[in-house]
Amino acid sequence: MATWVWFHKLASPPHIYRIAGRLTLLFTVPGVLALIVGLYGGLVTAPADYQQGDSFRIIYVHAPAAWLSLLCYTAMAIAAAVGLVWRMKVAHAFAAATAPIGASFALVCLVSGSLWGRPMWGTWWVWDARLTSQLVLFFLYLGYMALRHSFDDLSRADRASGVLAVIGLVNVPIIHYSVYWWSTLHQGSTVLRAGGPSMPPSMLVPLLLCFFAYTCCYGALVCVRLRAEVLNRERSPNWLSLNA
Amino acid sequence: MPPARTSEAVWLVYARELRLAWRRWGQLVQPVVFFVIIGAVFPLALAPEPLLLQTLAPGVVWVGALLSSLLGLESLFKTDREDGTLEQLLLTGQPLSLLLLGKLLAHWCVSGWPLVIASPLVGAMLGVPAHAQATSMLALWLGTGVMSLLGGAGAALTLAAQKGSVLLSVLVLPLMIPVIIFGARATDLAMHAEDAANAVWLLASLMVLALTLAPVATAAAVRISLE
Repeated sequence: MATWVWFHKLASPPHIYRIAGRLTLLFTVPGVLALIVGLYGGLVTAPADYQQGDSFRIIYVHAPAAWLSLLCYTAMAIAAAVGLVWRMKVAHAFAAATAPIGASFALVCLVSGSLWGRPMWGTWWVWDARLTSQLVLFFLYLGYMALRHSFDDLSRADRASGVLAVIGLVNVPIIHYSVYWWSTLHQGSTVLRAGGPSMPPSMLVPLLLCFFAYTCCYGALVCVRLRAEVLNRERSPNWLSLNA
Repeated sequence: MPPARTSEAVWLVYARELRLAWRRWGQLVQPVVFFVIIGAVFPLALAPEPLLLQTLAPGVVWVGALLSSLLGLESLFKTDREDGTLEQLLLTGQPLSLLLLGKLLAHWCVSGWPLVIASPLVGAMLGVPAHAQATSMLALWLGTGVMSLLGGAGAALTLAAQKGSVLLSVLVLPLMIPVIIFGARATDLAMHAEDAANAVWLLASLMVLALTLAPVATAAAVRISLE
């Protein structure tokens, strides 16, 4: 089937190595630009919040990290499922490349949330629903990486951790809603909610730029890591010398 | 000889597990003893004030049950792997996920149910009133089922890694959080003589989900470990 050629081509390490190389730049340039503009807009030009003052500005670091940590988990689990179903080594390499990035974003989200909580709630940590489910997500990442690293055999590591990622993907919504059910102390969602965002454009535009920048940043990082992962897995074949 | 029916094969696996458990009943008792000791250690670590203990009781009972159920999980597939039973199950031509479902259900019966039976004792040590015990036991019955099924999948994954038990806990504990939340909530509501039906139904739905999906994941993990 001609329509699936692009998909089958993705399974080829040299092909993915070249594509990832080109995409790295494609992600880096708009990502860095959007990050500079977004952070400047968020940290300097946006007006201070009438309730939270200047400390609300941490949202420009915090919220995109939270979004990315979820995106990474989903991407990782889907890639792992693709790898399990079609036995695509490159998909497993993608999952392996994504996991530490997602874990880092989850950690950034937790740390910035904790820093934000200090002036807002008066403590470093509050057991509120979103922070807690973010913490659990971080643990899921740690479990995934621990399982992956406990194998000597790469192919087994790929598939076993892939099964875990899929189990985790089924569980993430359940964990999320169970934690919500358990506690709802956090302020309501500000960007995604019925009736449009509750932010004025001067605050919202930098935030959206930051979301875009973080996503591009993830794209660039995963391309670099994917190339490294592919290199590590395909040490011997001679296509490397052709591409070098 | 005609090929055996799948239901028969599942039943045989289930019965074999029960028989083996009965012959090694010392191993079955240990998690229960551990559970009871946890129940006794908490009042010693805190203070024997009834109000304090009652506030903490749902959490202690559920976390204690969770940790105790983790104890038995380690050895779930170990001997079967060593003596080749898992390979034989794979070679029977029957669906591996259903055979493993039989094994996991047997594990629930021999490791989960004793915890359920011991839970009123632990509850009583922590001041759970008698009227809450029935609901709490029902919730624990469902909860230990999810723990066995989900934990079985985790045990099969670590089986492939051939590494120790800490890894298993790291994998499995985050996945158990919904069970802990709903379960402790059910016990808590029952202790305050309120309607715990919501929490129990949520646990039941988790159990149904685990019953349908966990055997498939376990079978996939066992296949990986046998290659």
